[in-house]
Amino acid sequence: MLKPEEQQEIERELERYRDRRALCIEGLKIVQKHRGWISDEALADLGEFLGMTVEEIDGVATFYNLIYRRPVGRHVILVCDSVSCWIRGYEGLRDYLRSKLGLAMGETTPDNRFTLLPIVCLGACGSAPAMMVDNDLHVNLDPEKIDRILENYK
Amino acid sequence: MATIYIDNKPYEVNPDDNLLQACLSLGFNIPYFCWHPAMGSVGACRQCAVKQFKDENDTKGKIIMACMTPAADGTRISIDDPEAKTFRASVIEWLMLNHPHDCPVCDEGGECHLQDMTVMTGHAYRRTRFRKRTYRNQDLGPFINHEMNRCIQCYRCVRYYRDYAGGRDLNVFSVHDHVYFGRAHDGTLENEFSGNLVEVCPTGVFTDKTLARHYTRKWDLQDAPSICIHCGVGCNTSPRARYGMLRRIVNRFHFDINGYFLCDRGRFGYEFVNSERRIGSIRPSVPQRQVIEDIASVIKNGRKVIGIGSPRASLEANFALRMLVGADRFFSGVRAEESLPVAKVAELLRRSPCPIASVHDIEVSDAVLVLGEDLINTAPRLALAVRQSVRRKSMETAARMNIPAWHDYAVRTLAQDERSPLVIATPYETALDEIASESYRGAPEDLARLGYAIACAIDPQAPRVEGLGREEAELAERIAGILKGANRPAVIFGTGCRNAALIEAGANVALALARTHPDPERVRLALTVPECNSAGLALMEAKDLDAAFEAARSGADAIIVLENDLYRRSAVQQVDEFLRAARTVVLDSLENETTAKAETILPAGTFAESEGTLVNSEGRAQRYFKVMPPRQGVLESWRWLREIAIAAGRLNEDSWRSLDAVIAAIEAELPQFQEISKAAPAASFRIAGQKIPRQLHRYSGRTAMMADITVHEPAPPRDPDSALAFSMEGYQGPPPAGLASFFWAPGWNSYQAVNKYQSEIGGPLRGGPAGSRLGEGKRTDDISYSSRIPEPFRSRDGKVFVVPAFRIFGSEELSMHAPGIAARAEKPFLEVNPSDAEKLGISAEQEVALTFGAVSRSLAIRMNPSLPPGVAALPAGLPESAGIPVPAWARITGR
Amino acid sequence: MAETPLTQRIRPDGEPPGIAEYERTGGYQAVRKALRDMTSAAVIEEVKQSNLRGRGGAGFPTGMKWSFVPMGPEPPQPKYLVCNADEMEPGTFKDRVLLEGDPHELIEGMILASYAIQASVGYIFLRDEYRLAARRIEKALDEARAKNYLGVNILGTGYNLEIYLHLSAGRYICGEETALLNALEGKRANPRAKPPFPQISGLWGKPTIVQNVETLCNIPHIINNGAAWFRGLSRSKDGGTKLYGASGNVNRPGIWELPMGTSLREILEEHAGGMLDGYRFRGVIPGGASTDFLVEEHLDIAMDFDSVQRAGSRLGTGTMIVLDDRTCPVGMVLNLEHFFAQESCGWCTPCREGLPWIEKMLTAIEEGRGTLQDLEILQQQCLLLGPGLTFCALAPGAVEPLQSALKYFRSDFERHVSDGRCPWR
Ligand SMILES: Cc1cc2nc3c(=O)[nH]c(=O)nc-3n(C[C@H](O)[C@H](O)[C@H](O)COP(=O)(O)O)c2cc1C
Ligand code: SF4
Ligand code: FES
Repeated sequence: MLKPEEQQEIERELERYRDRRALCIEGLKIVQKHRGWISDEALADLGEFLGMTVEEIDGVATFYNLIYRRPVGRHVILVCDSVSCWIRGYEGLRDYLRSKLGLAMGETTPDNRFTLLPIVCLGACGSAPAMMVDNDLHVNLDPEKIDRILENYK
Repeated sequence: MATIYIDNKPYEVNPDDNLLQACLSLGFNIPYFCWHPAMGSVGACRQCAVKQFKDENDTKGKIIMACMTPAADGTRISIDDPEAKTFRASVIEWLMLNHPHDCPVCDEGGECHLQDMTVMTGHAYRRTRFRKRTYRNQDLGPFINHEMNRCIQCYRCVRYYRDYAGGRDLNVFSVHDHVYFGRAHDGTLENEFSGNLVEVCPTGVFTDKTLARHYTRKWDLQDAPSICIHCGVGCNTSPRARYGMLRRIVNRFHFDINGYFLCDRGRFGYEFVNSERRIGSIRPSVPQRQVIEDIASVIKNGRKVIGIGSPRASLEANFALRMLVGADRFFSGVRAEESLPVAKVAELLRRSPCPIASVHDIEVSDAVLVLGEDLINTAPRLALAVRQSVRRKSMETAARMNIPAWHDYAVRTLAQDERSPLVIATPYETALDEIASESYRGAPEDLARLGYAIACAIDPQAPRVEGLGREEAELAERIAGILKGANRPAVIFGTGCRNAALIEAGANVALALARTHPDPERVRLALTVPECNSAGLALMEAKDLDAAFEAARSGADAIIVLENDLYRRSAVQQVDEFLRAARTVVLDSLENETTAKAETILPAGTFAESEGTLVNSEGRAQRYFKVMPPRQGVLESWRWLREIAIAAGRLNEDSWRSLDAVIAAIEAELPQFQEISKAAPAASFRIAGQKIPRQLHRYSGRTAMMADITVHEPAPPRDPDSALAFSMEGYQGPPPAGLASFFWAPGWNSYQAVNKYQSEIGGPLRGGPAGSRLGEGKRTDDISYSSRIPEPFRSRDGKVFVVPAFRIFGSEELSMHAPGIAARAEKPFLEVNPSDAEKLGISAEQEVALTFGAVSRSLAIRMNPSLPPGVAALPAGLPESAGIPVPAWARITGR
Repeated sequence: MAETPLTQRIRPDGEPPGIAEYERTGGYQAVRKALRDMTSAAVIEEVKQSNLRGRGGAGFPTGMKWSFVPMGPEPPQPKYLVCNADEMEPGTFKDRVLLEGDPHELIEGMILASYAIQASVGYIFLRDEYRLAARRIEKALDEARAKNYLGVNILGTGYNLEIYLHLSAGRYICGEETALLNALEGKRANPRAKPPFPQISGLWGKPTIVQNVETLCNIPHIINNGAAWFRGLSRSKDGGTKLYGASGNVNRPGIWELPMGTSLREILEEHAGGMLDGYRFRGVIPGGASTDFLVEEHLDIAMDFDSVQRAGSRLGTGTMIVLDDRTCPVGMVLNLEHFFAQESCGWCTPCREGLPWIEKMLTAIEEGRGTLQDLEILQQQCLLLGPGLTFCALAPGAVEPLQSALKYFRSDFERHVSDGRCPWR
């Protein structure tokens, strides 16, 4: 069962869309907001709530890259790997992050603090290289700056 | 008609088609994957590329997808254009980047559309050196094998399963070159039409798991045109055998009936033919001559012999028994509960207020009323057709916006969930209710009353229903409005509730529509019957099983039971008593409780080893043919009966030497069967002096296949009963539709070769006949309204009225001997309304005793809130429920 | 100073104007004017006259697009206006400037566009990563609702419109307008076949216009100042100003609003401040990742739709990515093709299978395992994934940088093959 808050939040979205089925993506995001990621169980709960089968929701969930179907850490680091950032040193930055956190892309630190993921162009090409941590965009990165930034996410 | 130019030559085509259909109809070979004649175009695979030119001066042209382009008048295209050819070969090259090179071990090999298309485009040389992607496969249950590495992402499976068949547990997951087609988790595919994935998938992702257990390549299989025997719809099938074993069932296209699709019971029920419970020899073991003389002696002495016919035996077998025992001692083998409603149906097949609908007619109906039928379980293929009927409205909407019907997703996007009306009035909720615009639940009497009320609301001349509740009256008005407003209304009803009044009510609705509709020829009624030859047997007008019991009580010397397990028909005590009355001879193919009681068992051929005629629920007589000769000692039932008749002096030696002679005798004696000889070409039929081979010209190992027994190649078995030969020799071109069992054309080894056999793509097969409509399914003018309106249902204290609940997997006798079907059959529950359960003090899952007069059964309870109070549903025909003559009142007592 | 209508209210600190400030500086005047004094047809006509072409990449004339929407006395209802704020094309970051800097301008543009086609519901389809923009848009929408620029009976004119913000769940293909509609409907974002065009059968099968952020932001100014004024802003046939941008190793990467048709050289040298010290210009992708490279010889072309087309590329989004001499062109193209292969929706064969193949070949070349046959196949793939051959425009866009790189930087590719390594590593 979805939690009451989740249900309410999803219901509230209903007025914006033509039908319940259209709430699928909103629903996934709301559930993800509450639970951090979309487990099989969460998927089934949401399906029950929206009148969709697990297959129907998962077909949608697995299409989009910001729906996490595996657990993520408390903070998700999205490192832009697209062209402008690449030109401006993405690879070095990525390697720095990997060795600093001891992670390969896609992995989560053992203390569950950080998950490291690549992301496509963040629309910050004018101040490349860039990354996002949770809701915040960080630009013009270098290793020092990264050190400082990550301190803010415990 | 439109004129289009293909490589500068003009052709006449149907402007409603797309260019791919049009070109294929003209006989051109254009490769394709994602398009399917029953599902339209989506333009995903890009395989059907051709070059289009603006006008005759345009030499550059532009590559387009044939499947996404209308065959509009004046269109100029080139199929042979070098750029188009290069592009088509490239599409295969892309698909092959990741496709495994496993054709030799792939079940699809030899009937693979991808193989065909690869050869057609000429792509032959591999230019990539990179690793292929791999996937994990899923266990999809007893019917379907899953091998995702072979996937070419044409999206046909999900489009078929979800959009066409209404399944919801298969989907596409993920994106880019990771897209995955399957279920969320391992598990049985739930949809009742999942087996069609085997033919819908253009390569070996979804293959027949039952075939895999006794695998044989398509070209090594011997096949014959056949008719599905697992329900009364009469889908056309192509059973396939090798080494005397039936190995699979493939769909055999029939435009009016099954089209491209079968239900899973029909496709996977065949394994009963190979069952360990097959009867392979006379029991007890005596020489054939002796047994025949022995039985004949009883008959010869003019003593009383009771013949019990069967709705699952052919017309010829039933008629042979009737001939042997005499018409007045030939009984139908079904109890009154069933035979009365079936007789009503048979009456309609002869005299109907409107044309009888084929399955295809239902697909194109724009308003459907289902009265009393849980279609997915009583006539599965018809349920699939109803699913298509609700899409008519979206087609009309699309047409108004100039969106062609084949433009599948465009039609679906435009129309969203807009549906044509579908009304379902049944005792309990059915799978089709999810797409119904109106649903009504009632006891059979109340459903009949609703039917009468609808008829009266359509045509005030029809008898009025007194004492109807306000809600029902309004509902009847609403439904009447829906049906009257439709261009092609259809009413579906039949024997599902085992209620004769319901059938009369349905007929009234059809009559009312026929009398008021501006074009009565557009009104349709579709019927259901319980078994594959219920309609044929009913048309013979034999007395029922109750009458046979009666007759036995007044003395009998022998009872001959034809392919009928009487313990499924009636209570144990009654059948025991009946069979004790006289010496019992049973002809059947599988052991059952009746054969267990028989003094003599004669091993009968199944549908796969015999020829015969069946009449389906639409009144169409259809012929099925032997796929393989019966094993030594096994005979077709009619042949056994013929032998006995000759020995008894009822027939002379020369008569009935072949099936055609039996058919002629039936036609001569029973005028209602006048047309059955036209159901298929006679045994004497030849093309260029040749028979039609049952084996593909690539059939291999013929000279060696018996080498373990004899090194001499045995002569192929003779087949006096058909124009088919047990051989690869014979006429190699396409045979007439009634004799076509496999589809093959140069370059087309997959099922898609059916394209080459159709008059136009998706249209009827060329060169009939494929069945013959008894009475042509026409309407009769002088029919009048029935006014036998039943009293409303009243519940009784301490009792429930038990209606039969049929199950696609479980209710049919023979298919339950197929392991896959048995695995899909659910444990039966007695379903009751929760309020009744409360009154009776019983709870879910609880075991209760169910008492019908003298008969008692113990069953677990399941709540079904959709049932009307006072009505319970009992899964019919399962081992736990067989022999209970429902519908009937029963007492429930908790344990 | 040339006029910069689109960005005039954007403050250096980036804080967007609230509704009061927006109104004080002439905001929502166009809505008042249009809803009170102009018919829908007149609005469409004005936009047609302005020569405004879509800023989302394809450059389709905006007024003409609107005129395909069924009007008449009983049109299909409801109609929808969708703002495409998905901006995920690598190298493109212009819409974010407008979304964060002046959300009311977009909302006003959306009201006007909706009114023109008589839409009753609008959606802003925003990529999820634009969190700041999302907050600002929601706030602006609330303000506009409170002032009855949105809602029922807007400003007493009898016109009703609701606008909702939809946050995407992330995929580049969602920017393709028909895929976007599927995403809005809560489905997998596969594109739809055209025809039928969204103007006829769009969101939930109803008439729908999808328009880029920048395109919509121009509308209030056209309505306020007239089509002639708008055409006058431009140095070319296409009307108005354009947000141009540059990224890469230039001195001042950024976004500038300049007259449509400003030359490439002026943008790169004056506004972007030329190359960083120690870097030499080798080429530029002029309009987001899916456009062909231009090189030195093209520097003097005017950056308008037709001129860039004539030079063998596309104006696209007008945001350019500069390639310098210290960056490997093969690596750059590999980065781009990796993006496109990963963002293919997986619907049609050429894109789903072809792009990963291209990526694999480029990887091999970049890592020194490439062969001359790879180059040949790459060349062929560029043609085979061209316009019309795939289901949507993603794949044709994807091969544009590749085909032009093979043309202009062929020797670099060949050196990778012959040296068996990347000369830049
Ligand atoms: C793969 C692909 C991605 C696209 N992404 C965007 C996008 O992010 N933003 C956008 O405005 N247009 C994008 N477009 C263009 C849109 O399909 C559409 O043409 C545009 O939104 C129309 O608006 P306009 O006429 O105002 O330019 C994309 C097109 C394709 C093929
Ligand atoms: S080109 Fe084909 S696979 Fe690629 S994004 Fe478009 S539709 Fe999807
Ligand atoms: S058959 Fe035409 S694109 Fe697939």
